[in-house]
Amino acid sequence: MMKEYRTIYEVSGPLMVVEEVEGVTYDELAEIELPDGSVRRCKVLEVNGDKAVVQLFESSAGINLKDSKIRFLGHPLQLAVSGDMLGRVFNGMGQPIDGGPEILPEKYLDINGLPMNPAARDYPNEFIQTGVSTIDGLNTLVRGQKLPIFSGSGLPHAQLAAQIARQAKVLGGESNFAVVFAAIGITFEEAEYFVNEFKRTGAIDRTVLFTNLANDPAVERISTPRMALTAAEYLAFEKDMHVLVILTDITNYAEALREVSAARKEVPGRRGYPGYLYTDLATMYERAGRKLNHPGSITMIPILTMPEDDKTHPIPDLTGYITEGQIILSRDLYRKGILPPVDVLPSLSRLKDKGIGVGKTREDHASTMNQLFAAYASGKEAKELMTILGEAALSPTDLLYAKFADEFEKRYVSQGQEENRDIEETLDLGWELLKILPRSELKRIKQDMIDKYLPQEE
Amino acid sequence: MSQGKIIKVSGPLVVADGLSDANMADVVRVGEQRLIGEILNMTGDRASIQVYEETSGLGPGAAVETTGAPLSVELGPGIIENIYDGIQRPLEEIVRMTGPNLQRGVEVPALSREKKWAYTPVAKMGDRVIGGDILGTVPETEVVLHKIMVPNGVSGVVEWAIEAGDYIVDEVVAKVKTDKGETLPLTMVQKWPVRVGRPYKKKHNPVAPLQSGQRIIDTMFPIAKGGTAAVPGPFGSGKTVVQHQLAKWSDVDIVVYVGCGERGNEMTDVLREFPELVDPRTGESLMKRTVLIANTSDMPVAAREASVYTGITIAEYFRDMGYAVAVIADSTSRWAEALREMSGRLEEMPGEEGYPAYLASRLAQFYERAGVVQCMGSEERTGSLTAVGAVSPPGGDLSEPVSQGTMRIVKVFWSLDASLAYRRHFPAINWLNSYSLYLDTMKPWFDEHFGPAFMLNRNKAMSILQEENELNEIVQLVGKDSLSANDQLTLETAKMVREDFLQQNAFMDVDSYSSHDRQMRLLALILDYDKLAREALAKGAALQPMFEIPAKEKIGRAKFVEADQYQAAYAEIASEMEQEIAAIVEKAGADV
Repeated sequence: MMKEYRTIYEVSGPLMVVEEVEGVTYDELAEIELPDGSVRRCKVLEVNGDKAVVQLFESSAGINLKDSKIRFLGHPLQLAVSGDMLGRVFNGMGQPIDGGPEILPEKYLDINGLPMNPAARDYPNEFIQTGVSTIDGLNTLVRGQKLPIFSGSGLPHAQLAAQIARQAKVLGGESNFAVVFAAIGITFEEAEYFVNEFKRTGAIDRTVLFTNLANDPAVERISTPRMALTAAEYLAFEKDMHVLVILTDITNYAEALREVSAARKEVPGRRGYPGYLYTDLATMYERAGRKLNHPGSITMIPILTMPEDDKTHPIPDLTGYITEGQIILSRDLYRKGILPPVDVLPSLSRLKDKGIGVGKTREDHASTMNQLFAAYASGKEAKELMTILGEAALSPTDLLYAKFADEFEKRYVSQGQEENRDIEETLDLGWELLKILPRSELKRIKQDMIDKYLPQEE
Repeated sequence: MSQGKIIKVSGPLVVADGLSDANMADVVRVGEQRLIGEILNMTGDRASIQVYEETSGLGPGAAVETTGAPLSVELGPGIIENIYDGIQRPLEEIVRMTGPNLQRGVEVPALSREKKWAYTPVAKMGDRVIGGDILGTVPETEVVLHKIMVPNGVSGVVEWAIEAGDYIVDEVVAKVKTDKGETLPLTMVQKWPVRVGRPYKKKHNPVAPLQSGQRIIDTMFPIAKGGTAAVPGPFGSGKTVVQHQLAKWSDVDIVVYVGCGERGNEMTDVLREFPELVDPRTGESLMKRTVLIANTSDMPVAAREASVYTGITIAEYFRDMGYAVAVIADSTSRWAEALREMSGRLEEMPGEEGYPAYLASRLAQFYERAGVVQCMGSEERTGSLTAVGAVSPPGGDLSEPVSQGTMRIVKVFWSLDASLAYRRHFPAINWLNSYSLYLDTMKPWFDEHFGPAFMLNRNKAMSILQEENELNEIVQLVGKDSLSANDQLTLETAKMVREDFLQQNAFMDVDSYSSHDRQMRLLALILDYDKLAREALAKGAALQPMFEIPAKEKIGRAKFVEADQYQAAYAEIASEMEQEIAAIVEKAGADV
């Protein structure tokens, strides 16, 4: 018989203090039974002698200090996993909410997982073709990478993520593919958009959804992404699947974390977020990757909305320090009607160099990529100068660069939500655009490549 | 040993009482799983302990036992080519034991107890030895001759020495009769506490450059062997690539690379890539001189705090053998954050931005362990330890405490710039904000080895870049055309210095490493162009045709010439350039 305590001493926000406990351990899961028989879950944040500080995963409303009972379960928060999870919908605590049967668990896994030994990692180097030129050509995604989308409120990040999920494929490879989707504090409509997208393309049967919507308890958001990642790890490393994890929106997650931290009266770091935000985010993001001698992989696309479009805000800032690059969306491009509005210059994929080139994409990929970046940057500079001083102030070369920048946005960046360009198409389009510039400006490309690929004048 | 009991658990911080026998900073074993921890604070018999492993499942009442020794590393053959976690547990060995995920409470010796090493004795029976003297040698890899030293503090006469042969590290290889008359058996292994710097006889000023094969570093902002440098930059500016390039190409004997709270895949990259890269100086694989310390961001935060000390202690050990060692830490900001987290849990009074008040002094202590030293022992040996640390300032803002604390200590500052990175100007080291304070102390060395032209050209190139910055302000206001021909030429030369010299592609085989001679010749070529064109202008030649000569385009591609042909190729470009500019001057003369 499990011991029950009626010694809840304090409830404040998501935290409770329980007294006179015995044998309670750190990070243990507990259940509170309210007088009306309903049960809520919580976990131990600190034990000090016979006192335990407990964090609720749900609202604390209705908890009566005198009559509520608390039971400590002796294990951390776990997720019941099984291959039957595919095609199912769960709430943020891992319970099915689609009306279907309970999952018959193959096993229970601690949702915090275990850190991957760096010596057991396999370096991600398998090119994923997303069909989006700005990603494939310039910020290449590879299997096992974590590549976030930095967006702002009102920008089409959901559409881009759905487009990637729909179009992503590995060239010339079979695919034992699955999507794990975690909705963290987003609205019903946004979550529904993804569900409908998955249904439309038939991917829903290969998708596991975890939803914590905006009106669900905020503290539950702390465990939602970990539930999703535990499911993803199980599918990837025990069922050998290639899993694409989409987490949206990390900003809501960080805010929930801040709420708990503030309730604990911890010394805040920047903007009130706890000092351990970096470590906390890292324990989630680092769960993406590949392992040696395991065929499966976890590729992660976390989405976050930057408050005030500010890249130096702690959430995008710390995310950028952990993830392997970032895709940044630009409000200016979106206003110009360019879709997807990927802000090419500050976007980056750190793993691109290992995923491109001979045998993966094409030999000219690396150098054209650099040349396009550099030319677009010079073009944008020239355009800025042009707005101040007028067209007459630009040298003939600068004018060509300005023209290049315009064409680049119009033809390369802009492709709409439905167009699926293969990598050859993207690379050829790049050469097509480079033709605008004089040959002598193409310094980043070796001569023989230029001879081979630059389209000839008619 | 005394045994205590846990009374409080809060994340990585555990408080236990009943530890009256324990010393401050002792390593303790916590709970049934015997997790490793270190004592941070003592109040009566109550100790605050930082635990180096995940504390989930620990509760009051669990046993705590002190080992009576501070956190130490094992030093001996087997360190090179290894990958360790923050407290020197061999990660590859752990994969074999527990699989691809890190379990808790794993106990593995840092050095293999099974592997046999080919030991050759140096000290002979009857020799008088002191700490730091060499007992024998082991060829640890093809390029590293591991010198087994008499531990510091030991002095006496060698009573017995083992014959040359293959032995495991625990084999007694010599017995020393100390001055007090005891006989000390010595093995190939010694231990050293990580938070204490290893002693040396004397420290010297660093005067010789560390050559990294990176043009902007070697030519513009060189670092000395035994010096300190910081690489600050926002995310995406290429800190890690700069650090990897230094680890790959630096002309040192040993590289200790500490991945402190960074990405797991970056360590994997080093682990998979280095064995395949060939060191241009030895012709052997780069891994054969590299030690990796990996405490990635998802691994326990307390061990991250220890990892930089583990790294620098190993580096000091090789320095004591008389080697040039570089320790590269990526990133010190994560180390500082670990410090902050522990400080917060200890409920210490926070300093700036929640960092503890002792942050700056801890940073200073770390960097001060670098230097050129005369090693311990009776033999004259000089070793050097170069320390390079990455800094990851939040939002790229250098006014934060870690950047400021670092800038006060280090002598070389390679400031990475996000706007350069967006333009794909790599390495994105900003030439206007960066500095090297070793230029003066190394000038005699440069003059002697490379000739005085090196420093002259370097300063000339810097002043052109500075001038470009000023001219750009004018261009922003009135446009390029209003500049004089000479100023327009300056802008063009500056562009060539930036694009054709400073930019270097780490991922292109021929450009990743540039020898010093090649760097000098390339810069000279660009400056020659400037000089010739300026002379031609004075003779009345037009500017635009000079921008269009084929030789100028060839300079732009000069860095891609294969390493064995560059001398001839550069000489050819130089002579073509002279002819082409002469032709323009001649034409100008004819037109008049």
